[in-house]
Amino acid sequence: MGAAKPAEEEDKVDKARRGFLKGLGLGGAAAASPAWGGQTFGDAWADFFQKHYQQMTREEIQETLERIERKAEQRYGVAIDCQDTPPQEGVVFGYAINISRCKGYRDCVTGCVRENNLGRDSQVQYIRVLQMDRGDSNLENSEHYYDPAEVPVEGKYYLPVQCMQCDDPPCVKACPVEATWMEPDGIVVVDYDWCIGCRYCMTACPYWARHFNWTDPEIPAEEMNPDTHYLGNRPRPRGVVEKCHFCIQRTRKGRQPACQEACPTGARIFGNLLDPDSEIRYVLANKQVFRLKEDLGTEPKFWYYSD
Amino acid sequence: MIRFMIDGIREMFRGPREYWLWLIFLSAIVAYGGWQYWQQLVNGLVVTGMSDQVSWGFYIANFAFLVGIAAAAVLLVIPAYIFHREDIKHVVLVGEGMAVAAVTMSMLFVIVDLGRPDRLWHMIPVIGRFNWPISLLAWDVVVLFGYLVLNLAIPFYLLYNRYRGKEPSLRSYFPWVVLAMFWAISIHTVTAFLFSANPARPFWHTALLGPRFIASAFASGPALIIITLQIVRKVTDYTVSQSVIKTLALIMTVAMQINLFFVGAELFTDFYNEGAHAASIHYLFLGLGGFDSLQPWIWFALSLNVVALVILMINPLRERALTLNIACVMAFVGIWIEKGMGLVIPGFVPTPLGEIFEYVPTWIELSVAAAIWAFGILMFTLLAKAVIAIEQGRLRLQKSDANGYSL
Repeated sequence: MGAAKPAEEEDKVDKARRGFLKGLGLGGAAAASPAWGGQTFGDAWADFFQKHYQQMTREEIQETLERIERKAEQRYGVAIDCQDTPPQEGVVFGYAINISRCKGYRDCVTGCVRENNLGRDSQVQYIRVLQMDRGDSNLENSEHYYDPAEVPVEGKYYLPVQCMQCDDPPCVKACPVEATWMEPDGIVVVDYDWCIGCRYCMTACPYWARHFNWTDPEIPAEEMNPDTHYLGNRPRPRGVVEKCHFCIQRTRKGRQPACQEACPTGARIFGNLLDPDSEIRYVLANKQVFRLKEDLGTEPKFWYYSD
Repeated sequence: MIRFMIDGIREMFRGPREYWLWLIFLSAIVAYGGWQYWQQLVNGLVVTGMSDQVSWGFYIANFAFLVGIAAAAVLLVIPAYIFHREDIKHVVLVGEGMAVAAVTMSMLFVIVDLGRPDRLWHMIPVIGRFNWPISLLAWDVVVLFGYLVLNLAIPFYLLYNRYRGKEPSLRSYFPWVVLAMFWAISIHTVTAFLFSANPARPFWHTALLGPRFIASAFASGPALIIITLQIVRKVTDYTVSQSVIKTLALIMTVAMQINLFFVGAELFTDFYNEGAHAASIHYLFLGLGGFDSLQPWIWFALSLNVVALVILMINPLRERALTLNIACVMAFVGIWIEKGMGLVIPGFVPTPLGEIFEYVPTWIELSVAAAIWAFGILMFTLLAKAVIAIEQGRLRLQKSDANGYSL
């Protein structure tokens, strides 16, 4: 993979770092981190010993965010802004989709890929829109890779699936190192710098919402979204799990998630479940809603309804 | 103590030409697989056949199987220490050596499966964050590590005493032996729970998985021990009484009967009323949506197990070395397929969203797995070599040495 990327400057310090890590018997570390390319000894050191997000002090978080920005600059040649906007008081996010409005255009998928800096080569997508036969709701009969000349196809309906931000998330229970947890605003997040890549959370997820970076996520510089969040769309390293985070970098600033913004039919409703006047609460109160695989007891904060 | 270690290690690397060729042969496989693992580190797990759809593969399949082999050492420990079978007590350390090798292999299989092995330290309590007791994977780390320590410490104590020409005191090690017995069952139960704890994967989400794991472990474990003990008897001067093999063969027979009964119970429950629950087992045995790469394997495995059981259940055949060995090889391979790939892969097919995506291990995965197996066998060879030398009284603390060291 080193050869596939533009030659990086390897200064003497960097070489010293590799020699040093090798000496420590940390061959794995040296091998796994070229993903970030010619970083300095200091950055590599700080990377390796970086603490869990929840255990870092304010200063340590600040240093980490700056390092993330530096690394993105080195790797993608783009100046990004990495923040860690905290959750708002009295907010728990929820989502609802009107499946009678969804036409299967998959604009939400494209919008998500661009917003969240998803690997283009690796083709990670947080949202999967399933094409279903009318009269059938068995997921095993769903079409994942539908490609007709025109959608919607006669006799079909469309079911977009993404992370349900479960209130009792089995993935969080599964993680052996607490690299994934639920934030106070209900978003299940991943600390990409803490994940060890065991993929047990992917096994535990009933919605196939978690995706693994089997290879380095490649993003063309001109398509990089520079507005990023530590727990959200910042560039991810190889070998870790990621998932939909309700566009944490947008929604914590009061904006819509990218999938909702991209949807041309208005099928997507997003909002604060704790606000009785929110649109999402209106939907829950007035529409006949259902949730996927409710019997598993994971309490998704993601509903479906139809007109 | 240091003297003991040095003598032990020296003994490990002393032997005839054939012994050295064997060590070199195993090391060569380890070296080749190690180099392949390096490729995996450099390029990422993309070099494996795994995907978001089938996110665990050959590595975890071998892991699940090997935990069973490790647990099966208890089948020597129980008769040796609880029923005071002197013949079995004589070989129990060989069995514990096998447990050490097997549990090491299973841990290595998890490590090579990690996307970020450089972050393994995140699991260490205090400096990392260990999600215990919530995460079943954390539990598995605890029980596997504990089992490794127990199976190193008890034999170490026994051998160290023998080395010094002393009689080990039963009172000081017996409680640990009892603990190790329960621990052996726990490692395999926890490993089964690791899978069955996932309602997202209906194929694994059955209370029968734990019992099935134990039953199949108690069939495949003795199969391996029987073959190993015969090899030990052949290539060393160590005596292995035929009565040990007889007892193990009997245990294996009963365990295989129970195992196949469990398989039958599973098949009935899933196929009688074929709900969504049955999709994975349908894929495994009959294929699903035109995909059926595991189908020939599972039928092959099932046939091996059935034929092995028939041989084991016919008394004269079980008593004859040749037929018994055939049954052992069949049962070992059969269960390796059944509870390795046959258990892990269908859990992912179809995906929770109903997608059918097949998995085939790549050459890198196969060579890394071969290297771990070779490493385990190498480890067992070295341990057994030292154990036998001490047990046979060849390796003893020299009186003249003793003066120089405070022990």
